[in-house]
Amino acid sequence: MLLIACPWCGERDETEFHYGGQAHVAHPADPHALTDAEWGAYLFVRDNPKGEFAERWVHSAGCRRWFNVVRHTVTHDISAVYPAGQPRPNEQGEGTA
Amino acid sequence: MTVDGFALAHLRRSPLGHLADRFAASSVPGPGGVRLRELPFLTQLNLRLDPTGPAAARAAEALGAPLPTGACQAAGTGALRVLRLGPDEWLVVGPDGAAPTLGDTLRQALGEEPGSVVDVSANRTTLELAGPSARPVLEQGCSLDLHPRAFGPGRCAQTTVAKVQVVLDQLDDEPCYRLLVRDSFAQYLADWLLDAAGESQAPLLASQSAGQSGGNAMKR
Ligand SMILES: [Zn+2]
Repeated sequence: MLLIACPWCGERDETEFHYGGQAHVAHPADPHALTDAEWGAYLFVRDNPKGEFAERWVHSAGCRRWFNVVRHTVTHDISAVYPAGQPRPNEQGEGTA
Repeated sequence: MTVDGFALAHLRRSPLGHLADRFAASSVPGPGGVRLRELPFLTQLNLRLDPTGPAAARAAEALGAPLPTGACQAAGTGALRVLRLGPDEWLVVGPDGAAPTLGDTLRQALGEEPGSVVDVSANRTTLELAGPSARPVLEQGCSLDLHPRAFGPGRCAQTTVAKVQVVLDQLDDEPCYRLLVRDSFAQYLADWLLDAAGESQAPLLASQSAGQSGGNAMKR
């Protein structure tokens, strides 16, 4: 069970949240300009790092807000939680506090 | 539910009205006791506005209570309660029938600012769980730390109790909790609370009926 600190509610059990996949996947500015392969990549292809991963969560059983979490995919350590729309903090990931 | 015509009022049915007798029978007075009851038809208004804008101050003044801006904070009294649901969202809980006037007051306070005032009174009914043993009863199904060091009067939370989404509001130190729950989950939650209260009260009831052998004679 993860303990996730919602930016608006504080620390809550993982069961109050739902997962939203990779964060910072921008919608294409002009979808019509994309090839089928590019559109498919936008829809379906995601990073799968062994390490820190910025991902979206929604506090479904609480405030119902979406926000972003940087979670280590091996240790489940959560190194950052930040509101949706904000850039990912400490981009380098490992080594920073 | 807003009932404008008095002729309609007697047609209302609260989700837990039929459990009043069981609530009364399960209530245990005294130092280890717990009481459970439904507070039906409370007015609930969902208020959304910019907490830094002019409408926030106007709304607070109109309500006579601040709009809390910290995580999981509540303001006001049991008669008029303001629960923070999110960074720009509050639930204003008032007495039955207050929705039209309270709504108008808040809409005036909102003015031309972006935001909304929505009557959601029919969304949820309210369970009141109070008494010295209320916290251990609640803790059986709530993963939040409800110890006074972490939670107390003036705190509220949207969380789960027995896997049901509730808005939990602690009113005083007794402690007295309100659980605002969706109508369709109310029966399940009430049954669960009755069961949990029965379990926590079992030793107390057993000691009260000392002399009886075995636990089977306990009143549940
Ligand atoms: Zn939250």
